[in-house]
Amino acid sequence: MAFWIASSPHNHNHTKTPNLMRLVMYATLPGVIAQWYFFGWGNLIHIGLAMATALICEFTVLSLRKKPISHELFDGSALLTALLIGICLPALAPWWISVIGTMFAIVIVKQLYGGLGHNPFNPAMAGYVVLLVSFPLQMTLWQPPLTLVAVDLNFTNTLTTILTGFTVEGYSVEQVRTSIDGFTMATPLDTLKTNTGLGLTVLESIKNPVFGDNFALGWEWVNAGFLLGGLFLIAKKAIAWQTPISFLISLFICSFISYSLSPDSSASTMFHWFSGATMLGAFFILTDPVTGATSNKGRIIVGLLAGLLVYLIRTSGGFPDGVAFAILLCNMSAPLIDQYTRPRTYGHLKGDK
Amino acid sequence: MSNEIAPQNSDETDIADNANDLAIAAAAHKAERKAEYKELAVQGLWKNNPGLVQLLGLCPLLAVTSTVTNALGLGLATMLVLICSNITVSAIRHWVPKEIRIPIFVLIIAAFVTCVQLLMNAFAYGIYQSLGIFLPLIVTNCAIIGRAEAYASKNPVKQSAFDGLMMGLGFAIILLLLGAIREILGQGTLFDGANLLFGEWASVLRVEVMQLDSQFLLAILPPGAFIAMGILIALKNAIDNYLKARKVVDTEQVIERVRVNFDS
Repeated sequence: MAFWIASSPHNHNHTKTPNLMRLVMYATLPGVIAQWYFFGWGNLIHIGLAMATALICEFTVLSLRKKPISHELFDGSALLTALLIGICLPALAPWWISVIGTMFAIVIVKQLYGGLGHNPFNPAMAGYVVLLVSFPLQMTLWQPPLTLVAVDLNFTNTLTTILTGFTVEGYSVEQVRTSIDGFTMATPLDTLKTNTGLGLTVLESIKNPVFGDNFALGWEWVNAGFLLGGLFLIAKKAIAWQTPISFLISLFICSFISYSLSPDSSASTMFHWFSGATMLGAFFILTDPVTGATSNKGRIIVGLLAGLLVYLIRTSGGFPDGVAFAILLCNMSAPLIDQYTRPRTYGHLKGDK
Repeated sequence: MSNEIAPQNSDETDIADNANDLAIAAAAHKAERKAEYKELAVQGLWKNNPGLVQLLGLCPLLAVTSTVTNALGLGLATMLVLICSNITVSAIRHWVPKEIRIPIFVLIIAAFVTCVQLLMNAFAYGIYQSLGIFLPLIVTNCAIIGRAEAYASKNPVKQSAFDGLMMGLGFAIILLLLGAIREILGQGTLFDGANLLFGEWASVLRVEVMQLDSQFLLAILPPGAFIAMGILIALKNAIDNYLKARKVVDTEQVIERVRVNFDS
């Protein structure tokens, strides 16, 4: 009889990649459901398209690279990337947007760098940024919440809009996005940015119906859904709490400073927390174990940096939301931050190399 | 020469021998020259391609290849400058002090670039405008000074001119490939604006490869150039590896045959 002798650590953690990926996908459910409730079927259709593309691309590249296909194709990482891209896209964007974005994310950002675990950039965010830079027109086709849309956007209507650009009745995307009184509606962040540029105060701009009663109609619930999912992930210890918390605190501090200095020209702290992609970025994208920092101190620094960048891009950058850009910049700096925040190894003195 | 050590039995045989030897020597010399030119061509076009292998002159390579026309304009200009500078550097190579050769090379290249720039300004104003700063920046293209330093300053004029032609051609081919890829992906056309380079008749060259609803900006912007360039280099390396693998199989067969002979 032989004993199986293993070296330390002797903890029993059987977390495998597919299980972790599945857990993260389940955790996005509250946010996705809120998105479906407030914005209709668009994002679900895009998620489906992106997932199909991701599986095809992953299969093709894996067979070209002669990798174990059954093992790596179903580890869930490609599906999670596709899911995140589908969530990020504007609901009424044409179908090829999600196909091109996912293709770029899987083939170039992930597989060409060596596959899962070797990619320096978060594939979903890099794919999203490529789309945003390449197709600025299609990527700003944000749909207002269903309650503000005059056209009935049921499943078939959304599907035909995504595939052909027109609803069954023949309304174009622009007409769908236009409210009853003839104004094209953008996202709350976009509206606020444009209005502030026009010299309106925040109080005047939030009378626009896209802001709703609280911060941002629909978006606040989507963000709350992702916050809930993120807290679930932290409770399950699937992600480290340091990154999202420091990110949110950093964003809070930045927006609090400017809000207390000039409340007329800057949005409230909670508006920054509950609009745009704040919660999705904080809990689902910044915490990517591959592209984020690995030491606890490093995670805190990355979170702080990301919060500052998001705030700067939102207030003084060219784009209304900056989560994707901020996260890519943080991905770039993560190895350097890790280098300088190496934890002390047990038994070594401080400053001892 | 073998005629010096040949036994001098009779004058007739000696003369015949001499002529024979001279012919052989001339043939050998010719073959050698041919092999040298072939080697230069292979080096410039494939093995040591300035764009794919040496990665020299990346700045214009990535910046102006958004259309085939721009790529062709820059490729021709670079090729012309490269040939002329190679010839000049090679012709004066015995009189250039080693210590100050680099400034002299740069002056020669700058003079030719100025000529090309003025010529383009006069005869192809449209392409001159669309190439912009990258036309005068050919001066700083490392491929040109690299060839002047590495080849032309050590070799005769004829070979240097041929080397310049081949290196310039290799560079131009890569520019054209990159331009074609980016133009098709970016705006779905080929030879858009060829009339800027060749005159009015060339506007018929424009090919609409595919109808795009909107431009794919990534392909037109510099990041697209980086990605396309990376894929081209990968493709070149893949082909090289494939050829190498095939060669290895051949030599293995040879070894087997030898072993059979040894046993028998």
